[in-house]
Amino acid sequence: MDLRGLVKEAALAAFVALIVAIPLAGFDLSQQGTANGAQIGFRPSWVAIAVVTVFVGRLVIGLLPRPQRRERPPVVSLFIARHQRVLGLTGLAIAIVWPYLPFSSDYLVDLATEVIIYMMLGWGLGVVVGLAGLLNLGYAAFYAVGAYTLALTSAYWAWGFWEALPLAGVTAAAVGILLALPVLRLRGDYLAIVTLGFGEIIRIILINWQSFTYGPNGINGVPRPTFFGLPLVARAPRGGETFAQFFHIDFSLSQRYIFLYFVTLALAIVVNLFILRLRRLPIGRAWEALREDEIASRALGINPVGVKLSAFAVGALLAGFAGVFFAARQSFVSPESFNFQESATVLAIVVLGGMGSQLGIALAAIILVTLPEFGRDFAQFRMLLFGAAMVGIMIWRPRGFFSLRTPSIRLGEDRPLVEVPK
Amino acid sequence: MSGDRATEALLDVQGLTMRFGGLLAIDHLSFAADREKITAVIGPNGAGKTTVFNCLTGFYRPTAGSLALHRDDKELRLERMDGWRIARDAGIARTFQNIRLFAGMTVLENLIIAQHTRLMRASGWSIAGLLGLARYRIAEKEALDHAREWLERIGLTDRADHVAGTLPYGDQRRLEIARAMCTEPVLLCLDEPAAGLNPHESHELNQLLLSIRDRYRIAILLIEHDMNVVMGISDRVVVLDYGKKIADGTPQDVRRDPAVIKAYLGEPET
Repeated sequence: MDLRGLVKEAALAAFVALIVAIPLAGFDLSQQGTANGAQIGFRPSWVAIAVVTVFVGRLVIGLLPRPQRRERPPVVSLFIARHQRVLGLTGLAIAIVWPYLPFSSDYLVDLATEVIIYMMLGWGLGVVVGLAGLLNLGYAAFYAVGAYTLALTSAYWAWGFWEALPLAGVTAAAVGILLALPVLRLRGDYLAIVTLGFGEIIRIILINWQSFTYGPNGINGVPRPTFFGLPLVARAPRGGETFAQFFHIDFSLSQRYIFLYFVTLALAIVVNLFILRLRRLPIGRAWEALREDEIASRALGINPVGVKLSAFAVGALLAGFAGVFFAARQSFVSPESFNFQESATVLAIVVLGGMGSQLGIALAAIILVTLPEFGRDFAQFRMLLFGAAMVGIMIWRPRGFFSLRTPSIRLGEDRPLVEVPK
Repeated sequence: MSGDRATEALLDVQGLTMRFGGLLAIDHLSFAADREKITAVIGPNGAGKTTVFNCLTGFYRPTAGSLALHRDDKELRLERMDGWRIARDAGIARTFQNIRLFAGMTVLENLIIAQHTRLMRASGWSIAGLLGLARYRIAEKEALDHAREWLERIGLTDRADHVAGTLPYGDQRRLEIARAMCTEPVLLCLDEPAAGLNPHESHELNQLLLSIRDRYRIAILLIEHDMNVVMGISDRVVVLDYGKKIADGTPQDVRRDPAVIKAYLGEPET
């Protein structure tokens, strides 16, 4: 490109920067000296700095030699694909010893619990979005159904964690089917909008149905899992025994964190094996066939209604389980925990992980959940940093961490893995 | 009118009419496809051939008329069935004019998905499969053998684990036919299977279709423009023009029919 074109382009970028910088950096709220409260000041110098930086920056980028664009072999993805099993087992081993590592703390164990809950959510949504190709923007709704099943059954009938867990899965799956029924004809954008609306409806019901759900105040004292009926608390309930008393050890809060961590990890392993197996069954192949070509699937005698319903139901089931762990971990639920941000985060995990890849989703969950934690030192710039990291990752790996698909069945195991990015 | 099996046609189309708004795509069409025979449907562009297929396979609901399939002494009325039921219960498999493979999945997976109905039953709607019961493992092995047989026949064994979308065009055409055959149909509907094939490939296609007819003893219904294919292998040819049938008979009869010549070449100048 000639110099004139470059300057023109840089000027355009600078103009955009001007528009953005005036409201974002141009105004300053201060409390200088007066008793009249806050004052709004205008800082033209900040705006000027932003505009000049963008102008010069764009010009420099334009003048630099452009790197040759060529299709690089998917080195990282191939590496992960070839060593999936080893990598997965290594990750599992680290997860098992995690609470006993020298640097481990209650905070880190609790954070790891949260990561695993998001992994489960990611795997569940991965079935709906990654395998069946049905874009669901209201996934937090099923998560909420799971969490509230535990909270409400304990509040009304004094149910414990273990009784509520299966019920939460079933309830969430039922709600998933209920949502799927009216949207079976929809695909792509339309489906996304309806599911987005559905997610909001569930949240708004939880807020407004005060007499039943305790409304925006939420529900306190959600029960934590017990160890075969032994609660992990400091003092035993009347006529009972605590975990610490039974094993003749001193009670410490760490026990509670570590126990919840291992329970979560155990269920996550079950969920993972469940999905791996489903993928190799006719139902899993039908999900993928539906994603690839619905018309061709129908021409092969696959009932698209059943296939879609099952994908929604399985996704919701897993979200229901994850919701129970979420509620137990916080010991508190409120509708605000299940807003659109939550659905978006889980979707980001799925997309970042590479649609439908278990290992990629696990990695993405680790990164997306811990990243905001690392940013705590940066105070108000935390979310900015988070956003920048997301943009960076998507430039570096636009198809997600793991962009290759492992075939569900192979003719010869000894054959070289021939896979092409989707 | 169950009649005796030998004389009764497999597929009996009576008075089929399909109207899209003001456009009459098919006008009172009647024809039959016989068992173990290859029936070709030909006609100039826009004659309504693919519309006939879409009515047959449940993608369109016909405005009027009946589509009867005679199978196991039962008469199935296709115009009242959903598309996926036509494929599953009536046993009609089809291919598409613009190939519709599961492009992101492997060649082998395409052939395994085609056996969905049987495998789904064997997996006990996934429960037996999740538990890893022997019943499902055996069924899957059978499905694999069936797929392997077809891979051998279409010469794609070496590429079984390749992604279907990366195959050359001719291979994709053959794979789509093999996939349709893996559903174990009684009637195979092919929408322009020779489109885009070179003479050598279209000759191979002829051999493949003849071997399907003779080996599996099923009926084939075929839309085609390639006259080498149509005249070379069809037992019967139905000619459409503007949604109406203008000729119906053996390839030799049709070739000499003045109405057909007129539809394709126009009237001679006087």
